[in-house]
Amino acid sequence: MTFQLPELPYAPDALEPHISKETIEFHYGKHHATYVNNLNKLVPGSPFENASLEEMIKKAEGGIFNNAAQVWNHTFYWQCMGPNAGGSPTGRLLNEIVSNFGSFDAFKETFSASAATLFGSGWAWLVVDAEGKLHITQEGNAGNPLRKGLKPILTCDVWEHAYYIDKRNRRPAYIDDFWKLVNWDAVAKHYES
Amino acid sequence: MTKVSDLIFPALPYDFKALEPHIDAMTMEIHHDRHHKAYFDNLQAAVKDSPMASMDFIDLLNNISKFPVAIRNNGGGHYNHDLFWKVMSPDGGGQPNGVLAAAIDKHFGSFNAFREKFETAAKTRFGSGWAWLCVKADGSLDVCSTPNQDNPLMDVADCKGTPILGLDVWEHAYYLKYQNKRPDYVGAFWNVVNWTEVEKNFKNAQ
Repeated sequence: MTFQLPELPYAPDALEPHISKETIEFHYGKHHATYVNNLNKLVPGSPFENASLEEMIKKAEGGIFNNAAQVWNHTFYWQCMGPNAGGSPTGRLLNEIVSNFGSFDAFKETFSASAATLFGSGWAWLVVDAEGKLHITQEGNAGNPLRKGLKPILTCDVWEHAYYIDKRNRRPAYIDDFWKLVNWDAVAKHYES
Repeated sequence: MTKVSDLIFPALPYDFKALEPHIDAMTMEIHHDRHHKAYFDNLQAAVKDSPMASMDFIDLLNNISKFPVAIRNNGGGHYNHDLFWKVMSPDGGGQPNGVLAAAIDKHFGSFNAFREKFETAAKTRFGSGWAWLCVKADGSLDVCSTPNQDNPLMDVADCKGTPILGLDVWEHAYYLKYQNKRPDYVGAFWNVVNWTEVEKNFKNAQ
């Protein structure tokens, strides 16, 4: 199976001023594209020749896992953001967030802390477990909660490449701005699916 | 021995712009004044009012699995950056001489073979971490890499030894100048390696 770099769901400058066009051009055009290219080089002749990204995330190790998960993680990250977004969720998702975390602000605070304290490269996630309960998790490097049987519905990339051009060492400033970009309609769709 | 509470945040041994064009001044300033300073301050905060404050820093790193993860991350962050600044110099580059050159030839076959092995370690470390040249307990040289702010002094490391040369491959070390092109940064590093310092480290590790 040959994997393609999925189209970015908005223009590269659509997330400005929070995430610059330059960041998106490197992050999507170079990092994400490189993971796709690397995966396409690694898969032929491997036991994962006909596997989906999800199957590789659940079962592969080493380079195939790293690149498959990073392809999936980035595609999902782009979907979780958008221009004219931010604010807060509504309906069933909002109710679930409030019942799990006490309030939307308390949820944001916990998720932000999770993203800020992940040491090194990685991702912060909002996930749904098998019982339908929401959790916030951290994953290092290419880590993806699907491997643990959890369903991701929101993610924030905290590899330094996600924010270094715009924010340098100030990861918390990037996380603050991330909330202004979260596409809650997309997150609700992930939750309902 | 140096007690953790007696550690000092080191001044950079050269100007921010001294390593240009290989490492840019902005990167050096943020890397030293923000990243390294945060590790140093967080380490001191984590040992404050605890018996760890009066421990020998190297002993602490050698036994890091017994201590909180904040010590591992910030203690490693301080040790690694402190070494990193010293093993670079505006007068660096070229090749080692003397006993270090002989030891590199002996253990890797040639300087070029060593260089290739070290570059591979630096380029293939996935995510954040460091590449190392270290002296193992039996006196031999080894090249390896560790994740995040771990290092070969730590009992949790896959490769153990005394680091004598380290290369930071966290994205913050190169992103402003090289962006996604880590191999270009790794290649440029050789122009600033302070082999006099690395040889001194080698002799001290014997």
